[in-house]
Amino acid sequence: MQWETVIGLEIHAQLTTQSKIFSGSSTTFGADANTQASAVDLAMPGTLPVPNEEAFRKAIMFGLAIDADINKRSVFDRKNYFYPDLPKGYQTTQLDHPIVGAGHVEIQLKDGSKKSIRIHHAHLEEDAGKSLHEDFHGMSGIDLNRAGTPLIEIVTEPDMNTAEEAVAFARKLHGLVSSIGICDGEMSQGSLRFDVNISIRPVGEEKLGTRTETKNLNSFRFMEKAIAHEVERQIELIEDGGEVKQETRLYDGDKDISRSMRSKEEANDYRYFPCPDLLPVVFDDSYIEAIRETLPELPDVKQARFIEQLGLSEYDAGILSAENTMANFFEATAKTCNDSKLAANWIMGELSARLNSEDKSISNIDLKAEQLGSLISRIKDGTVSSSGAKKVFDALWIGEDDNVDKIIEAKGLKQVSDTGALEAIVDEVLAGMTDQIEQYKSADDKKRKKLMGGFMGPLMKASKGQGNPKLFNQILAKKLNS
Amino acid sequence: MHNKTVAELSKGLAAGEYSSVELTQHFLTRIAEQDTTINSFITVCENEALSEAKAADEKISAGDATPWTGIPFAHKDIFCTQGVKTSCGSKMLDNFIPPYDATVTSNFKQQGAVCLGKTNMDEFAMGSSNESSYYGKVTNPWGENLVPGGSSGGSAAAVAARLTPAATATDTGGSIRQPSALCGVTGLKPTYGRVSRYGMIAFASSLDQGGPIARTAEDAAMMLNVMASYDKRDSTCIEREVPDYTSTLNNSIEGMNIGLPKEFFSDKLDAKMQQQVQNAVKEIEKLGANIKEISLPHTELSVPAYYIIAPAECSANLSRFDGVRYGHRCDNPKDLEDLYMRSRTEGFGDEVKRRILVGAYALSAGFYDAYYRKAQQVRRLIKNDFTSAFKDVDLIIGPTTPSPAFGFNSKGADPTAMYLEDIFTISTNLAGLPGMSIPGGMVNGLPVGLQLIGNYFDESRLLNVSHQFQKVTDWHNKTPTNCR
Repeated sequence: MQWETVIGLEIHAQLTTQSKIFSGSSTTFGADANTQASAVDLAMPGTLPVPNEEAFRKAIMFGLAIDADINKRSVFDRKNYFYPDLPKGYQTTQLDHPIVGAGHVEIQLKDGSKKSIRIHHAHLEEDAGKSLHEDFHGMSGIDLNRAGTPLIEIVTEPDMNTAEEAVAFARKLHGLVSSIGICDGEMSQGSLRFDVNISIRPVGEEKLGTRTETKNLNSFRFMEKAIAHEVERQIELIEDGGEVKQETRLYDGDKDISRSMRSKEEANDYRYFPCPDLLPVVFDDSYIEAIRETLPELPDVKQARFIEQLGLSEYDAGILSAENTMANFFEATAKTCNDSKLAANWIMGELSARLNSEDKSISNIDLKAEQLGSLISRIKDGTVSSSGAKKVFDALWIGEDDNVDKIIEAKGLKQVSDTGALEAIVDEVLAGMTDQIEQYKSADDKKRKKLMGGFMGPLMKASKGQGNPKLFNQILAKKLNS
Repeated sequence: MHNKTVAELSKGLAAGEYSSVELTQHFLTRIAEQDTTINSFITVCENEALSEAKAADEKISAGDATPWTGIPFAHKDIFCTQGVKTSCGSKMLDNFIPPYDATVTSNFKQQGAVCLGKTNMDEFAMGSSNESSYYGKVTNPWGENLVPGGSSGGSAAAVAARLTPAATATDTGGSIRQPSALCGVTGLKPTYGRVSRYGMIAFASSLDQGGPIARTAEDAAMMLNVMASYDKRDSTCIEREVPDYTSTLNNSIEGMNIGLPKEFFSDKLDAKMQQQVQNAVKEIEKLGANIKEISLPHTELSVPAYYIIAPAECSANLSRFDGVRYGHRCDNPKDLEDLYMRSRTEGFGDEVKRRILVGAYALSAGFYDAYYRKAQQVRRLIKNDFTSAFKDVDLIIGPTTPSPAFGFNSKGADPTAMYLEDIFTISTNLAGLPGMSIPGGMVNGLPVGLQLIGNYFDESRLLNVSHQFQKVTDWHNKTPTNCR
């Protein structure tokens, strides 16, 4: 039987506010345990939440960026359950009146096709603390630094049908939230967390199958693997005559296995009700419009500009515009070398390969856009060859020196472009290659082209790799054809 | 000294008739002698009080005093006091010493007032008789077998017994007004949002409101001047100027329109009580007010609506008492569930457990619409009753309670009988209105509470009418025989 996969995502994005959503404590990541937890975060008796306006602003920015309706009346609810890292015994969240209503995000697939993924809603809520189960001799430790960090939970419609689509959406969303500056996007620190709802149904069937939820996938790679794993598991289950149970599953990306965390029957009755400590928050149009004014250029708009004004291909423009850090790097590089296409080629090629192989992102490398830009300028003006430029790039990457010209000089990569000097080399080399010259002269045009290459090797060798290949070619052609 | 009002003591301190240390010592001695039977204090802050009094005396002699500098008073043990145990009447918080002050607490500290201690109360403010306290029942100074009312029974009994000139209290369904009525003292529940709830341990967040218990309306006005403040730390606190509540006490009440809700004078009200309340109303009429009958048709629904909403909120508010971070933790928990189960089973008393269960049930999947949503709809109707009543009248008057103080264990077997004790007080909490109880008569030698209900933020009017009434009556000066 042919199966169709149906995927919906729930994304928790930590908002980059200075302080927590309901207290004045700092939200900085990585501080010593419980040093960023105030009486409010500890849920000490009698303490009360005070909403942080910045969290609302950032949630509204997100809503505007996905073309969603902003609900002008925003209500907080209590979601009741007991867990040691949830100090109040309830999470303050939004159920019936989320701040962001329905919206949509366009994704582009590798084959160039596009798809619109609908967002059901996005709501504001507080993050929980962390339970630490190691190093406490059979007990658990609680770190409440994260408790109360503002989150938006973004819920999609089940609009994705492949792992590729889901990952494309996740990457797009990652780019979007980091580009508009509402989330730092650091997935390894838990700033952006993906839960994937997956079900399968026979192709052509309208009714959705029973879904499972796989929680907390903290990299795109694991997300792709987890979806493939779960789809396979469900197909096998059904084809063996079993059925999929509605449950929450945990995926271990390193071992490529998953296990059930809790079934629907074990799920809590959260006993939601409106939080009486927080009054409904009401926004007017002018407030929302003022926030719209602060939105930076969105990735989609940027992509269109890169295509139209800079002449990039749709694919390159899509990748270079997805994240602000990448887009800024590209634009600064292009500006320095005054050549968008070469800048794009270098970033999409050499730089991306390096980022991938070293598992780094553009925000945590030493290389500056201006350095790459001047390197490209030096290729263009013939100072350095393409192969020499790669050596310069290596040196810049490891921070050997921060000046492109100094590196070219120090490594002796400067091309000789003095025609007189090059002619002398050509004459000298040709003097020792009379047989080859004869061969060349008696060949037809098609063969001649091939034979030309035979002279280049010795020429480069004679110039210690510093001769400008382009000029060598010109001089050579002139001499041989004369 | 203990028969003087706050206003009188304030003058006495300013005139140097006695020092704050002398005054404080006098009350500490009275507490030591008399509170063994009344049990109105959970914690007496002897050392802290004396050092606060000493500091107050220095301020007074430096000419740096406010009307409250050096005045002894007490806090209901629901207000967090930095460095002093705040138990909320529960075993759960028997070991809890807050590292912070409630806003109300710091307001009094700023004025230089002297906190004698923390008063007894029903556990987590849940009760109308003070019998649910982990620290034992409080005796009504008017009779050793009688309850003082609740939940602020300790505050009301301490003021009635002249163990403190005044005390803070809280009111969720009548917890200031009902014990004030039963102990023959003056208590005011302000408009919801008038007094900050920060640091006041929550029972039902949408209903809880702090307020004063004192001997007279004038003292209550002085208390409210300190307690009322806008506080950014409480999002439900309303940003509105705090008037000087003492400045309008002597306004004439001539021509004021006062409504008597017929639902408050039904067969639920004891006949002798009815007579006393009517007599009190006549006194007010004599002062020039116009009296008319009004209707609050949904009064009867207030108790059932309250006993859904308050437990629902408390079921979530009390989840934080889980044995993890502070408060009672059971010995040797074998796992997480055991830690939760035993800490909460051991730490909470029966009434608290009952309300958590009722609340959790009312909010559970499939029951929410039938209970919680319906109760909120009823709440809206009750609010509308008052809104339309206040189109015709300036003030509503009636009894505070159906009967005077009752005996211990008399309502223990049937929780709903106890819940009906609040039939006349609960609706003001549901509507968020200010309500006040003042001594308005005696039945069988026991005080009768007269309740005044005002429009939103009309505390000044409540205090004004009460003060005018107290100028022509003597009920507020009646003192239990043993406490004179």
